[in-house]
Amino acid sequence: MEWLTQPWPWHVAGPLIGLIVPLLLLIGNRRFGISSSLRHACAALGSRLPFFQYNWRAESWNLAFVLGIVLGGFVAGVLLFNPNPVQLNPQTVGALQQMGLSADSGFLPRELFSWQAVLNPAGFLFLLLGGFLIGFGARWAAGCTSGHAITGLATLQLPSLLATLGFFVGGLVAAHFILPWALFWLR
Amino acid sequence: MALSNRDELRVQTQVGSGSGSSLLTYLPYLLAGAFFGLVAIRSEIASWYRIYEMFRFESFHMYGVIGSAVLTALLSLWLLQRLGIRSRNGEPLRVRPADPGPYRYRYVLGGVVFGLGWGLVGACPGPIYALLGSGYAGAAVILLGALLGTYVYGLVQQRLPH
Repeated sequence: MEWLTQPWPWHVAGPLIGLIVPLLLLIGNRRFGISSSLRHACAALGSRLPFFQYNWRAESWNLAFVLGIVLGGFVAGVLLFNPNPVQLNPQTVGALQQMGLSADSGFLPRELFSWQAVLNPAGFLFLLLGGFLIGFGARWAAGCTSGHAITGLATLQLPSLLATLGFFVGGLVAAHFILPWALFWLR
Repeated sequence: MALSNRDELRVQTQVGSGSGSSLLTYLPYLLAGAFFGLVAIRSEIASWYRIYEMFRFESFHMYGVIGSAVLTALLSLWLLQRLGIRSRNGEPLRVRPADPGPYRYRYVLGGVVFGLGWGLVGACPGPIYALLGSGYAGAAVILLGALLGTYVYGLVQQRLPH
């Protein structure tokens, strides 16, 4: 059972994730997409904006799905915890060190995600702002990585290709230009 | 361009079975989600490090995961449709478009904004939930930000180009 706690290679993980698309269709003709849950949550919390005026209860399967993701994260990250740091390309490790980030923190860099970092106002703001861009961008683009880069591309939808290209352009700009600057400011 | 609610959800709410109130209706989705969460952590796609490595083009891992996921979804859908297999509720399998509207800008512009966040905090929505379950406090802050971002989009939607 050691495989349950060891990292899985891409050729195992990718197909497993891909199978969720037909799985959700078979269960109830549902489209694999995760960021919609954020909209349903706003609607369920009682926002009065027109954008959130719809029958969110008819979409509550999506909330059950993301609750399941939290559970799966608990099983994999707590019950089947793997203490080993993520094995990175040495070049990446070098770049991390240049920015003052540790490469041996485990699953996430402690400088950004530890309690100490989260309770520091600048660290809190960094994560909040990153999350804000994710939520705002996902709704503007009508989907995130699961809905566009996986479901949309697999069904050959042109809008999803545009969105996926956008995801990568934004990510490249963030990782190469904004992140080093933000980390300098964070310290 | 005014959206007048002609967006993603219009079609979505028409497709799929009526909402049952039974907890059993939700159990399959809960289990499918748990499966995804487990894979997201074990494959390390929820690791900030893997995302950073991907954007530096220093590992094939993320490209392999996304590429093989797309290929698997594409082939399995083709096979299921060819075999004439229907959904549990009897409907033919159908993947609606993300948005039925004639929009183009929204995907590029919204995509870039999303990507900026993805590149900074190294998690897309699925992994945010998985990390939350793994007990990372930072994930709760990201989720709070994502909810705020979703809400503010709803606030300014009509003023954005789509």
